[in-house]
Amino acid sequence: MNGPHDMGGFTRFGSVNAEADEPVFHESWEPRAFALVLAMGMTGSWNIDEARHARERLAPIIYWSSSYYEMRFYACIMHMIELGLVTAREVESGRMEVLPKPVRQVPAAAAVLKILASGGPSSRAANRAPGFAAGDKIRARNIQPEGHTRLPRYARGRAGGIVTVHGTHVFPDSSAHGKGDDPQWLYTVRFTARELWGKDTNDSVCLDLWEPYLEPL
Amino acid sequence: MPHDGHDHPQNSQLPPLALRVKALESLLVEKGYVDAEALDVLIDTYENRIGPRNGARVVAKAWSDPAYADWLKRDASAAIASLGYMGRQGEHMVALFNTPVIHNMVVCTLCSCYPWPVLGLPPAWYKSMPYRSRTVIDPRGILAEFGVVIPEGQEVRVWDSTAEVRYLVIPERPAGTDGWSEEHLAGLVTRDAMIGAGLAKLPA
Repeated sequence: MNGPHDMGGFTRFGSVNAEADEPVFHESWEPRAFALVLAMGMTGSWNIDEARHARERLAPIIYWSSSYYEMRFYACIMHMIELGLVTAREVESGRMEVLPKPVRQVPAAAAVLKILASGGPSSRAANRAPGFAAGDKIRARNIQPEGHTRLPRYARGRAGGIVTVHGTHVFPDSSAHGKGDDPQWLYTVRFTARELWGKDTNDSVCLDLWEPYLEPL
Repeated sequence: MPHDGHDHPQNSQLPPLALRVKALESLLVEKGYVDAEALDVLIDTYENRIGPRNGARVVAKAWSDPAYADWLKRDASAAIASLGYMGRQGEHMVALFNTPVIHNMVVCTLCSCYPWPVLGLPPAWYKSMPYRSRTVIDPRGILAEFGVVIPEGQEVRVWDSTAEVRYLVIPERPAGTDGWSEEHLAGLVTRDAMIGAGLAKLPA
């Protein structure tokens, strides 16, 4: 979807103000908000693509005017309400009014480190040959999906070259909508700044794109 | 002041967002969805245990040990895991070696993808709208805001982390560091240099 998250190419958001010796968290509530969102993800109530899609579905004004941990906090609440895990009234009061829904797991302190260490690889066994090889010229399809996609608008319709074949990985456009992993070949594709932005330079941008985003050139 | 402030006199000095986070935590713990001690472990892990020192060790080893650098180029996930850094947001690693010809720089325009096991949680600027929006269209302008100037003849290659592959930039080794130990070298490797928004520090 062409949502507020697709930031590449805007030029009016100002300059980067990097802070020297920046702390990991700034506000007292940030560590708790970060951990709550991460811990809810560990219950298995959603996958990473569904979580990203929830953030993208926030109203643009909320997405663009919230701090990072605030934005994630709001999206998590919206997602939990949508799934019936909590109600809006419960979120306001902080007190349970409706019995909990069963979740796949509630990791205890000891289990959390193991879950972090094992991670959640997105690679899957290949069930067909790749459509492209390193060195191939391609064009990113000019598509406007209504749902979740990881093909940014700035690359759509642009010509590039395959740099790396990464194997087959979970396809977010499917996984974000409860339609399963639908593994697809994943490639790093390099686009010149000349092609993307009409700039007279040798600079370039590489993106990781799944085969359904690409057509041969 | 929130309407339920009288129920929580101890919270009366907290701003509204802090109250909302506290309320949500109470709710999720009461509903049995999260374990309060698990939250403490998650915070401690990313506040105190996992950070850019991990990545600096990878870079220093790559600078010192050609066989390790070669392994990093071929299979960064395995080479990095051999030092004990693996897991969430670092399952599929690629190491990008800066050269006199190419300066690599990492961004996530669509969210905030970042190699957690080697760099920890991203700094605020990495997740900010200015960095996410302008790095792909104006990388040299962004670099200038970090005080970095890349010569015209050197390609700035931006990596937009659109999938689950996570990138670690291996900055160029500064001159004048011959014979330095890995530990000593690691002190020159900044977080920003491993994102490509900076260069390695020069020896003092």
